[in-house]
Parts: sequence; C-alpha cells; structure tokens
Amino acid sequence: MRREIHESFVRRNGHDVHGEELTPFSQRPAAHRPEKEFPLERVLADDGSADLARSHLPQERLLPLYRLMVLNRALDERMIQLQRQGRIGFYIGSIGEEATVLGAAEGMAPQDWIFPCYREHGAAILRGLPLAKFLCDLLGNAGDLMEGHQMPCHEAFRPGRFASISSPIATQIPQAVGAGWAARIKKDDMVPLVYFGEGATSANDFHTGLNFAGVRKVPVVFVCRNNGWAISVPRERQTAAVTFAEKALAYGMKGERVDGNDLLAVYEATRLARARAAAGEGPTLIECVTYRMEGHSTSDDPRVYRPAELVDPWRKKDPILRLKGHLVWRGLLSESEDAAIRDAVAAEIQAALREAEALPSKPPLESLFDGVYAQPLWQQREQLEELRSAVAADPRVARLRGEG
Amino acid sequence: MPIVSYREALNQAMREEMARDERVFLLGEEVGQYNGAYKVSQGLLKEFGPWRVVDTPIAELGFCGLGVGAAMGGLRPIVEVMTWNFALLAYDQIVNNAAKLRSMSGGQLHCPVVFRGPQGAAHQLASQHSQVFESTYAFVPGLKVCVPATPRDAKGLLKTAIRDEDPVVFMESEVLYGTKGEVEDGELLIPFGQAEVARDGGDVTIVAWQKMRFVALKAAELLEREGVQACVIDPRTLRPFDLEAVLASVARTHRCVVVEEGWPWMGSGAQIADSIQRHGFDDLDAPILRVTGRDVPMPYAKPLEHEVLPTPERVVEACRRVLYRSP
Repeated sequence: MRREIHESFVRRNGHDVHGEELTPFSQRPAAHRPEKEFPLERVLADDGSADLARSHLPQERLLPLYRLMVLNRALDERMIQLQRQGRIGFYIGSIGEEATVLGAAEGMAPQDWIFPCYREHGAAILRGLPLAKFLCDLLGNAGDLMEGHQMPCHEAFRPGRFASISSPIATQIPQAVGAGWAARIKKDDMVPLVYFGEGATSANDFHTGLNFAGVRKVPVVFVCRNNGWAISVPRERQTAAVTFAEKALAYGMKGERVDGNDLLAVYEATRLARARAAAGEGPTLIECVTYRMEGHSTSDDPRVYRPAELVDPWRKKDPILRLKGHLVWRGLLSESEDAAIRDAVAAEIQAALREAEALPSKPPLESLFDGVYAQPLWQQREQLEELRSAVAADPRVARLRGEG
Repeated sequence: MPIVSYREALNQAMREEMARDERVFLLGEEVGQYNGAYKVSQGLLKEFGPWRVVDTPIAELGFCGLGVGAAMGGLRPIVEVMTWNFALLAYDQIVNNAAKLRSMSGGQLHCPVVFRGPQGAAHQLASQHSQVFESTYAFVPGLKVCVPATPRDAKGLLKTAIRDEDPVVFMESEVLYGTKGEVEDGELLIPFGQAEVARDGGDVTIVAWQKMRFVALKAAELLEREGVQACVIDPRTLRPFDLEAVLASVARTHRCVVVEEGWPWMGSGAQIADSIQRHGFDDLDAPILRVTGRDVPMPYAKPLEHEVLPTPERVVEACRRVLYRSP
C-alpha cells in the first residue's frame, strides 16, 4: 500500500498518467493571453464605415435608435441642469454610454426582462416608458409610477418588463439568474438581460450569480458596462485581470469583449448571446468597453480625482458621433436632418417636463402605507390613521406638508 | 389525528404545495440529493425532479437573490437556508430587495418568496450557530415573520406562507425538528397574525413563542403547584402580531411576562411590552417583565449555555414578581 502511494506521488509530480513529462510549476506558462483571446470586437470603423455582413441590426432600426441616443444624451444634460437648479434631488446619467445601454436592450426580445443597474433609463424608454412618466419619477410627484417611494433614476416599468432598480451594487445579478431559472421551469422563451458596472464585478452577488448561471446553464445575458470608473476608483483598482470578459472562463461560460461605444457591435454581441441562451447553450458575459464622461452622479465631482487628459481621447469616440458617422456613410442622415432630430428631441423633453411639473407635487398618502404589503397590517392602518388625524387637526401642518 | 414530527409537518407542507401549484419550487444548499441538512426536504427531489428541487452552490446571498428574481419572474420560491446564522449574508437581498420591492416599484412588482430555515440554540454550538434573528426581520416593514412551535403550526403556517403574496421569513428550530404532535392530513392553513392560547389561566399572562412556548408551559406547570394559573399565549407570527389576543388575556390577568430566547436589548419582547402598556395600561397591576437570553454571544460550555438561555425557573420567578408573591 505504502509503495503504491509512493508511486502515485512520483507519477503525479513527474509524469502524468499517460507517461508524458510534466512541466515544473515554476516554468508553467500563463494560462492564457486575455488581450488575444478577448479582442475588442468592433463593427463600426472610425470613418463611419462598417462591414455590413457583420451587422444584423435591421436598417429601419438605425434612425430610431440614433434618435433615442440623442434623446438619452439631451435628457441627461437637461436633468443635470434641473438638479443644479434644485428642481430634482438627484440624477445619475449615462453620458458616453448610450450605445452600450441601447445596443444591449435592442439585442433582446420584447418578452425578455431587463434587470437594470442605474444608468439604463434609455433602455426603459426604448421599452416604452413615456418620457413624462420618467420625469414624474425624478420629481416624485402624483404622476410617479413609484408613487414617490423610490429615489430619482430608480424606476421600475412593468409593462416594458423593466425590473426595479436597486441601489446596493450587483443585487440585480442573482435576481436576473433567478428570473432566468423561472423562465426555464415555466418553459417560457424569456432570457433576462442584466446590466452592471465593472465595479459590480468585485461584489459577492456577481460571483454567486455568474457561478450559479454557469453551473446550471441558466439562460441569461450579463452585460458589464465597463465605463472605467466606480465613482473615483479606476478599473485598474477594481481587478488585476486584463479584461472583465475573461472572468467568464472561470464560470464556464462564454465571454465577449466589445467596443461599448459601437452600437452595432453591442447589438450584435447581445443578439448572439440571447440566441445561445435561448438555445440552451447557457449564459454569456459581455464586457462593453466604454467611458463615463461625467461624474458618477450629481453628488460627485470627478475633477478632484480624474485629470481631464484621461477623458479627452474619449470625446472623439463618442458613441453618438460614431453612429452619426455611420448613418452619413450609409446615406441615411444629413446634417440638416440631424439638426431637426436634435430640435425635436429638445422640444419633446421640454413638453414632457411641462406635463410632469403640472401634476400635483404630493403622491397620495394612502399608497405609502397601503403599498407595503398586498394587504396592510394593523400597524400600517394605525399609523395612516394617526397621520391623517394629525394633518386634519393642524392646518399649519397640512400646509407644511404641501397640502395647503 | 395522525402524529407527525415538526420535520415531517414541514415536509408535508412543501410536498402538498408543490403538488398543488407548479410555480412552487425549493432551492438551497443540500436540499436535493442530501434531502436537506435537517432532512426537511426528504423525498422531494425524487418526487419533483431537479428543476423544482435545486441544490445550489454555497452562497446564501446568491441563492436568496435567485429566489427574489424567480419570484419576480412569476414563481413561488421556497429558499431553504441551512441556518439563519449563515443567512446574514443574504440580509441585503431579503431586506433591501424582497421586503421593499412592492413599495419601491409603486406596486408594479412584488416578491412572493419564502425564506425558511432553523434558528436558535441547539445544544453547545456556540456563538455563530445559536442565534435568534426573529427581531431583526420582524423589524422590517414589508416582511412577515413566522415562528412556529408545534408540528401543526409548522405545517399550517408554512402552507399559508407559500401562498402569501409577500415575502415571508420562516423561522424553524433545530431542536424542535424531532418533536411530535397531532397534525391534520392534507389541507391545513393557519392564518398569520392569529395567536394560540397554549394553556388557559386567569392569574398571569405569559407570551412565548417557538422553543420558549415549551419553557413557558413548563413554568405554568410549576406555578400551578403554587396555585397560580398562567395563561400561555403563543403569537405564532411576530409580524403580523396578534396584539388583540394578548390584550384580551392581560385584561383578565392584569399581569404579563414576555419570554424570548434572543438577546434582551431591542428584542421583540420590548416591542410587545410597549404595545401592551400603550393599549392596555389601565389593565395592568404590575410592570411587564421580560425573560430573555443573556446579553452575550452564546458560550459553548454546557453549564454556561444553560445560564444564558431562559429556563422555566426564571419564568416562574418573573411571574412571582409580577404577582408580588414570595417563593
């Protein structure tokens, strides 16, 4: 017995079971070369041209998506102004990341649930969220779908299968995997799309979500919006890995790395990932390489930690300019038509803002208490009554509370 | 009526609900091949297959999140945690997501999921294995919290929990899994927020749940020898809580002792005492006393553990004090 163990030890350390000589640990090569295995996939060239054989986005979708990107950008810029004016409490946008947000959502089927991070308002609008409704969420007024319960930019939109946005980082990842599992049990043709930033890849939820999805081949598309920054922490401080896409290897799933400012490339990668998931081939992790052009949110000033020289090269890679160049190259857009789109978008935002701001500022008090459970418990009923009588007893209180 | 164990009662509840509604499925560590760390899911994998009885990797945070997503996706997940001690990792998913989803989405989404598993001391397992977390969940609006003591309550409350439209935190007890009692065959639904009078009496009200129900009943026996009739009330669910039942008993006895296994400071008993004094002050003839676990991490040494946990003797002593009786 002892001899057998000894022989097996020698075998394991010197030769493998087939008698081939093994490389000593100290001389083993690196497992792989991420930059070669996960090259940055692009469809759009810098001059706006593209190999159309590599793009399956229907031509008639190009202009609507371009318009949405322009709208998304104008909306973000306008809302940041509004926050500075004190008309809304908080805003978090996606300036520079529009192609990632919209390209991925476009690559899914209408029945697919989207589990957003918090920069994907563009995807909600693509799924039919009326602009005025989005603005009501920012104002938290009587027209707000969330009834004034949730902070700005944390919208849910059930008709568009757009799940509730959750502030804690990465919690949506295992949830999306659960929704994918549900679809498989119900035999629904539904593949969830989940967005998260590169910072989220450090969170437990990322690991547990991708691990389970890999083990069980759950149909789900993971989109990592690598915008380079998690508030002030650059991507180099988030991981020692060369790419985020290579993390897929360890979870036994396919990884892709695409130019996140190239709408056609993001669309293509997502479309294919969805098709594989629906065919039972399991999940895909798509890293979209993009850049956060502004602060993390209106609560952040990136000038204190990020030199302008880092941002400038990305201005030329602006996803809207990239798509515009392509539309011009294909003869689908002229300068005057572009100007008309931008004017129309600005007018649309202005009209929506007027519509939203005309609504009463206070959502109904009842929903605050009634909306906690399917049926309120006696605690909520008791507290609603207490509050109602306090308001009724003191008109000054009522005025202070915005009811006067 | 058939006599079954607490463990079998939970198993019946899951089996019946899974057979009744194909949206119901079970996931967690060891729930499939191994039939559950405490054998609560015995036979379910064989009966319902690996799609509905899902062994997960060791990641409470991840599989509780999975349950939240599956509930949003239209299923009725039962998530088994091996112990609530280890489910602290999942507190984020349960509190920040499951509990708030309905409110945060303005009612557009909801999360009918049951998180279940054992809690509490189970003989010399020390500080990381012996905790009672019912108050930390009962604290959170949006959650419902069950603390069944008997096999019958275990079955009836779990079936109700699985059918509930809101997320339910279902606390079991390792040392109760083997206890037996009468349980109806088939359909048994026990509504939430309905206390049970475990023993009637007119001299003092003892409020106690889960393991402490039996400590209180033992204390009631000892008190009877002194001629004191205790009324033992088991609320069975901490959220919603049947305050009316407790107040009705206190209106008769004018005295109340609340017993809980967990830590004293900010414990459920403090809230219950507050509610009683607020709604029933004029009925009270003595301050409400609490008997709780001691304010320390649970020790391993057997004689020390005994000093920490509430005992019938400590409950008797508290009852004597509210009755102003000397031993």
